[in-house]
Amino acid sequence: MYSPLIVAEALLNGLMLGAVYALIALGLTLIYGVLHIVNFAHGALLTVAMFGVWLLAEHLGVDPYLSILIMAPAMFGLGYAAQRFVIGPASHGSDNSILLVTLGLSIIIENGLLAGFRSDTRTIDTDYAFQVVELGPLLLSFPRVVGLFVALLSALVLWAILERTDVGRAIRAVAKEKLGAALVGIEVSHVYAVTFALGCACLAVAAALLMPVFYVSPTTGRAFVLVAFTIVVLGGMGSIVGALVGGLLIGVVEAACSLFFGDSLGQIGIFVIFILVLLFRPTGLFGARQ
Amino acid sequence: MSARDLLLPLIAVLVLAGLAFSGLSGTLLNLLIFMMIISLAAQGWNILGGFGGLSSFGHAAFFGTGAYTTLILQTSLGVNAWAGLVAGVLLGAAVGAGIGFLSFRSGLKGSYFALITLAFAEVLRIASNSAPITGGAAGILLPLDYGFLNLQFDDRRWFALIAILFVGAALALTRWLERSRFGAYLIAIRENEQAAQALGVDVFRVKLGAITLSAGCTALAGVLYAQNYLFVDAHVAYGPWISIEALFAAIVGGLGTMFGPLVGAVALLGLGEITKMVSGGVPGVDLLVFGAILILTVAFVPGGLMSLRQRLTGRRRPRGETALRSEEGA
Repeated sequence: MYSPLIVAEALLNGLMLGAVYALIALGLTLIYGVLHIVNFAHGALLTVAMFGVWLLAEHLGVDPYLSILIMAPAMFGLGYAAQRFVIGPASHGSDNSILLVTLGLSIIIENGLLAGFRSDTRTIDTDYAFQVVELGPLLLSFPRVVGLFVALLSALVLWAILERTDVGRAIRAVAKEKLGAALVGIEVSHVYAVTFALGCACLAVAAALLMPVFYVSPTTGRAFVLVAFTIVVLGGMGSIVGALVGGLLIGVVEAACSLFFGDSLGQIGIFVIFILVLLFRPTGLFGARQ
Repeated sequence: MSARDLLLPLIAVLVLAGLAFSGLSGTLLNLLIFMMIISLAAQGWNILGGFGGLSSFGHAAFFGTGAYTTLILQTSLGVNAWAGLVAGVLLGAAVGAGIGFLSFRSGLKGSYFALITLAFAEVLRIASNSAPITGGAAGILLPLDYGFLNLQFDDRRWFALIAILFVGAALALTRWLERSRFGAYLIAIRENEQAAQALGVDVFRVKLGAITLSAGCTALAGVLYAQNYLFVDAHVAYGPWISIEALFAAIVGGLGTMFGPLVGAVALLGLGEITKMVSGGVPGVDLLVFGAILILTVAFVPGGLMSLRQRLTGRRRPRGETALRSEEGA
C-alpha cells in the first residue's frame, strides 16, 4: 500500500486537474443546456486554443497565463462565427445533423492542424512548471494550484454573466423557452452563437491553464472530449453545478485509478463511469430532465 | 424478396470483378480492395444508422473484434482463416448484441447512443493496447502463407474478388432489408418510434436485431482488413478512424439506400487519393476534405449521392418514383 501522504497528494493533484476538466465541461454543458446540442468539436476547439497559447508563447514570448487575455476573446469570436455561420445553418436544427456537423468540424480542425503543424508534440517551458507549493506536509504542483483557482474563478465569472447581465438573462430565457424568448424580441440565433462563444472562451482559459504542464499535438483535444462528456453526463446535461462537481470528481477518480492501476487503465475508469452513468442514470447527478 | 431483387447486387459484383481483373496496377488494385473493405464497414453502419436512424460513433468496436478474433485464432490456435472469418463475424455480432442490449434497454438514442458506442470502442481500444492476448501495443502479425484456406493469395486479384463477393452479399442483405417485414419495422422505428410501438412493433427486439446484423457486417470488414494487411494493433482495430470512415461513406453515399455505402466509399476514398496526390502528401489533407464534404452533405444533400442520382433521373422522367422502382427492379 502507498503511504497516506502519497495518496493524499495524488488525490489533491487529481482535484486540481479536475478543476480544469470542470472548466472544459462547463463550456460543453452550457452549450448543451441552451442549444440542446452535443458539441462534438469541443475537443478540437480546445486543441485550437492550446495551439494559440503555444504560438503566443513561442513567437511573442507571452506567458501562458497572460495569454488568457488574448485567447479568451479570440476563441469567443471563433466560437461565435462557428455556430452562427457553420453549425447553425448547416444542421437545419436536427439533433443528428448537429452531431454530424460538429463531428465534421472536429475532423476539419484536427487535420487542418495536422497539415499545418504536423503531429509533433509541443510544450512551453516556464520557470514555474516544476515549482511546488507547500501545504503543511503536502507538496502541490504550482501550475495545478493556479489551475484550481483560475478554473473556480472562471466558473464564478460565468455564473455572474448568466445571472447578472442582460445577455445572461437572454441566454437563460432561450434555454427555458425558445419560442417565448423569440416572441419577446430576443434574437435566438444570436443568443445561440453567444452561448457557443462563451463555451469556447472557457476552452481558452482551460488551454492556458493546461499548457504549462501539458503538451499539445493536433489530436490532444480528443483525450479530453470523452472526459468532458463523462463529466457532463455525470453532472447532468446542462447543469453548471453538475459540471463543476462532476469535473472535480472525475479528476480525483482518474488520479486514484492512475495511482493504483497505472496510467492507461486510469482512463478506462473514466469510460466505465461514463458507460454506467449513461446506462443507469442518464439524467446524471444534478440533471432534472433527460 | 424475389430473384429479380438480386439482379442489381449481381450486376454490381460483375462490374467490380471485371474491374479487378481488367489489369489494374498493383496500387489501384490495393485501393480497390481497401474500398471494398471500407464499403463493407459502411454497409454495416448503414443498417443501423441509415435504416434504423441510430448513428453510432463506435463501429470500431465491431471492426476491431472481427480483426482481432481471426488473427488471434489463426496465430495461437492454428485455426484456418475461413473458420477465423466465421468466428470473427459471430463474435463481432455478439459484441454488437451486447452493446445494443445494454443501450437499448436503457432507451438510449440520438447523441447519447453515439457517445456510448464511442465510449465502448475506446474502452476496447485501451484494453487491447495493454492486454497480453491482443499482443499489447505491438499488435499481432500473421505470417505470410499463401493458400485458399489461409485466405492469402499470391495474385491479389483473388483476394479482391472475395472482398467483392462479400460486398455483393451485403448488398443483397440490404435489399432484403428494404423488402422484408423486419426492414419495414426498422424504418418505422426510425421515422417514429412511439407510433411504431403503438402499432405493435417490438422496438427493443428489432433494434437489437439491427445492431447485431450491422455489427456482423462491420466485423466482416475487420476480418478482411486483418487478412489483407496481415497485421492488427489497437489503433487499427479499435481506433476512431474506422468508425468515422464507415459513417462518412454511408452518409455521403446516401443513408438507408442499398448502394449508398458502396458509392460513398468509392467516391470518398477515390477523392482522398486524388487529394493526397495533388497536395503532395501533406498529412491530414484527405481527411480535411472528408470533414468538409460531411458538413456540405448534411447541409445541402442530406440524402447523399444516391439522392442526387434520383433527383437527376426524377427530372428526366416525370413519372418519378414508379419509374425509378421499375428501373431498379428491371
